[in-house]
Amino acid sequence: MEHIITPKVEYVKLLNRYPEKKSVLGTLYLTATHLIYVEQTNNTRKETWVLHHHIMSVEKLPLTAHGCPLLIRCKTFQLLHLLFQRERDCQDVYQSLLRLFQPEEELYAFLYNPQQNEEDRRQGWEFINVANDFSRMGLSNDYWEISHLNKDYEICSTYPSVLGLPKNVSVATVTGSAKFRSRGRLPVLSYFHKDTKAAICRCSQPLSGLTSRCVEDEQMLQAISQANPNCPYIYVVDTRPKLNAMANRAAGKGYENEDNYSNIRFQFQGIENIHVMRNSLQKLLEVCSMKSPSMSDYLTGLENSGWLRHIKSVMDAGMFLAKAVCEERASVLVHCSDGWDRTAQVCSLSCILLDPYYRTIKGLMVLIEKEWISFGHKFSHRCGHLDTDPKEVSPVFTQFLECVWQLSEQFPCVFEFNERYLIEIHNQVYACQYGNFIGNCQKERLEIRLHEKTFSLWPHLLKNQHLYRNPLYRRSLECTVLRPSTLPLHFKFWCGMYNYYDRGMHPKQSVLDQLLSLTQKQVEGERTMTELQRVRGVVGVVDFVRVERYLTDMTLSPSHPFTSTIHCAFTKGQTQSLTHGLDW
Amino acid sequence: MELSEHIKTANVEDVTLRRPFHPALRGTLCVTSHHLLFSDRKDEASWQLLILLKNIDAIEKSVENLFGYPRAMGSSGTITIKCKDLLVLQLEIPGMEECLNIASSIEALSSLESVTEMYPFFYRPSHLTLNGPWGLSSTEQYYKQTERLWDRWRVSTVNSDYSVCPSYPSAVIVPREVDDDKLIRSARFRQGGRFPVLSYCHHRNGMVIMRSSQPLTGANKKRCKEDELLLQAVIDGSELGYIIDLRSAQQAQQARMTGGGFESKSFYSHWKRIHRHHERGKIVQESLIKLVEACSDPSHSVDRWLSKLENSKWLSHVHSALSTAGLVVECVERDGHSVLVHGSEGTDNTLLVSSLAQLILDPASRTVTGFLCLLEREWIQAGHPFQQRCAHSAYSHARLKQECPIFLLLLDCVWQVWRQFPLALEFSEALLLRLAQEVYASNYGTFLCNSEQERCAAGVKENTHCLFQSLLRPDIEEQYLNPLYEPTDLAIWPSVHPQSLQLWTGLFLRWTEYAQNMEEAREEVWSIVKEHHEQAGPDRTNNTLSTHCDTLTPFENLMDELTIL
Repeated sequence: MEHIITPKVEYVKLLNRYPEKKSVLGTLYLTATHLIYVEQTNNTRKETWVLHHHIMSVEKLPLTAHGCPLLIRCKTFQLLHLLFQRERDCQDVYQSLLRLFQPEEELYAFLYNPQQNEEDRRQGWEFINVANDFSRMGLSNDYWEISHLNKDYEICSTYPSVLGLPKNVSVATVTGSAKFRSRGRLPVLSYFHKDTKAAICRCSQPLSGLTSRCVEDEQMLQAISQANPNCPYIYVVDTRPKLNAMANRAAGKGYENEDNYSNIRFQFQGIENIHVMRNSLQKLLEVCSMKSPSMSDYLTGLENSGWLRHIKSVMDAGMFLAKAVCEERASVLVHCSDGWDRTAQVCSLSCILLDPYYRTIKGLMVLIEKEWISFGHKFSHRCGHLDTDPKEVSPVFTQFLECVWQLSEQFPCVFEFNERYLIEIHNQVYACQYGNFIGNCQKERLEIRLHEKTFSLWPHLLKNQHLYRNPLYRRSLECTVLRPSTLPLHFKFWCGMYNYYDRGMHPKQSVLDQLLSLTQKQVEGERTMTELQRVRGVVGVVDFVRVERYLTDMTLSPSHPFTSTIHCAFTKGQTQSLTHGLDW
Repeated sequence: MELSEHIKTANVEDVTLRRPFHPALRGTLCVTSHHLLFSDRKDEASWQLLILLKNIDAIEKSVENLFGYPRAMGSSGTITIKCKDLLVLQLEIPGMEECLNIASSIEALSSLESVTEMYPFFYRPSHLTLNGPWGLSSTEQYYKQTERLWDRWRVSTVNSDYSVCPSYPSAVIVPREVDDDKLIRSARFRQGGRFPVLSYCHHRNGMVIMRSSQPLTGANKKRCKEDELLLQAVIDGSELGYIIDLRSAQQAQQARMTGGGFESKSFYSHWKRIHRHHERGKIVQESLIKLVEACSDPSHSVDRWLSKLENSKWLSHVHSALSTAGLVVECVERDGHSVLVHGSEGTDNTLLVSSLAQLILDPASRTVTGFLCLLEREWIQAGHPFQQRCAHSAYSHARLKQECPIFLLLLDCVWQVWRQFPLALEFSEALLLRLAQEVYASNYGTFLCNSEQERCAAGVKENTHCLFQSLLRPDIEEQYLNPLYEPTDLAIWPSVHPQSLQLWTGLFLRWTEYAQNMEEAREEVWSIVKEHHEQAGPDRTNNTLSTHCDTLTPFENLMDELTIL
């Protein structure tokens, strides 16, 4: 790799969060894909691996008497504070990392090969199929049908090729409505609730400006309303704060005028935009990395970040949708500005509240694939995969994951997965190791032939689903619709996510691990345990899988100093001692 | 005046009871000397609610039709009852006069002053007898069980008539080489006579935790030779002991103006003093009031909630208590020094810190019996003035006098430890919640009075039942046990990062739907554990348990926690 100026630097210190703890000297390696820090003390070898794609920023701090510090912040909220003895080394690593962590092209996923053949790859991509979810909801039926009008992405370039539309709606209505919506994102089906026949639909803001109207768009909403036999009106939910929506009217966009549409009930929800969310996370992370805050500093910082307020606003909007559907049996049309950030959050959250299927391991994959990936949430921009406009970056998807976590805290028995599943998905979104979250919409992914060049994450997660199981999960029937309390005191700081790498803050014993190991017996019956797993129990399984994964990573850089060591240890069955020192 | 004279209306029919998250019920309300009884009208399988009047913290009444229309005209009143266990109930009572009578009976009977009129003196369940020993253990028994003490320590009965220290038990453990005369002199030099006594001896290294009240050095720096000798005898040959003063250095200085003070370096040369500021008394009580108020705030603003949570300072108190307990543990376990803990009176924060330190250090105090023994030794026998501190809880409008929820703070801290070490304690959150309830209103005599002397005078041991005994007999209820318990010998050192401490939702959201979801989860944990035991068969080995020993962070790795102490 031409970007790596120096592949190895010795005598580097990894500074601890707590200055008094002795930091020992270690060695830093740069590979094509990872930054690896190795600490060797007596018989223990501790390794810290950071994927380049996980790096958010690299900052050279002012020189101190102890050396040249380099601060690396990661999108996974890890913070690495390195201290070099020689300024030159620091500069070289800094320069190298700048090139490595913000590639202009060539994401990791295009290099990564989990040793599958083309058939596995194809099957992997077909594993989650959004069309199947439509059939699961009961489409096509008397009210809704599956449409291929957008198969060439001509009606809307950022929508999927397969759309759910009200039955018998004319092509003229569809194209006319699309023209009246920002970026052609016309109202289409997101979720059909079988029991109430109410639907959740999504779109972008109308190009209503101050006075414009569009007959086809009005017909479209009328058709959505008529597709629900149980309620004479539909809700139109604009997830933005009213002020923002009004400002858009001046720019020829805006929101629906209730007078022009028959039987709509219009509602603002007040979720802030991507820039507010980005700044809020920034402030939250400052609170997370405070050196030794008092309880008051921490709580005040948490309040000032506004983060939990925003999480609650997303949750409130999701609740509004779910309530309308299950209590009033009313259909809902949701939009924000472009209909790919807040709309995705709110639609997917309400799906989770309404339908127990989306609370399963596979169901969540389907939901993410449906509401986020195929409906054109701009993952590449929002996650800053490539060197792009920093103003496009925003933790919109992270907020969705957090809302799910907040729900799981209130309802410990209704999700099939545990917290680690959410965190793993979050890491994978930024890791770009699999192709799923690369690109901004389906059309773009097709153009770069993502399915031929990269692998899908979902089969990999499914293979390891025993790690992500919630042992308390009960498939109880009564609790089909979740009605969480949205009192502010139920919104908690997610230490497991934002302070994931500060292990000292976490509970020292894990109920989850304990229960997983107690229920392991059943899993064992189904799986043949390897020698390694038997020795290490659940903890070992984690390490085993990761080692396996990293081993495959290593094949990319055969010159890497550890390849031989790990392979050697691995084949000899000594992985236990090796993994023991790894700091994941 | 007989208690029954307070009752003008004993029964009212057609009362509507409203509880949070339950449908309203209609039934009969009945007031007795000690209880409020509501039973719904169905004859069979009727549902009853029995509330100890002492549990009622505040009562608010609103009466419609104040002009005295007869009952037939539909006058009625509503009484809102706010309990010390944080439950809030509403009763709609037909008839204005009945409503006012009930309210005044509750007001009078819920605030009885005389201990012997309280319900524990009347509670006579058929399965318990009053004969036999009261309590779980005594100073003498504790001494006998702790072999490490026999060599250098002795039991002194210098306080057998409570004249040396009215708030101490009759027997205390002191260094063998210090005679009773010296103890008497030391007692005169300490506030309330609370001279330094042994609280805990660490099983690993024999180091001890002592506790006392502040020394009465006063403005002109008085000293007391015997007190100095007593402390000297504690550390014996070793180089150094630590005095953890639970006040800021400035507060300790100021205390001299009112006759109190601190151990000066020049007279206690082998003791190093560390100051840690802890709030006390009224401030902590107000924290509880503010927190409970914040928890029931109906507004939907997160900012407002966080600001109220911060402003209540409750979690700050939890933070300080655990931090200082950690400091004590650091001295005893890591550095191998003995410690003396005191604040001013030595009856509140002192007990909080010393008992938390023991929970962290001592595996024996993490079993159900061990924990209850710890509470008995460090709180009941050690003279925490329960009657004064727990006279009112979070809702009372009465002027605060001596109220302070230090014991509740202890339970909260224990819960925080349990949350961070969910396998290390034998008991469950339910036990902590039960104790939080019992301490304010109880059928049992355990938390009555302010000291052993008062309990003796009132005949508590002869005339009431002991809560701790009843909890353990004949078998402890399953709900009080932790299904995941795995004993560990290591110190369980909690993290005190603000991110690591949480609102104790089990207590503060006890009467919400949320509590029901948590209950479901607990049941699920139990069923998994039971299922596993069945599968493993009767001769289940410790295999599954041993794999997790290494997940417990040994205390060496916890050093990084200490820097923020």
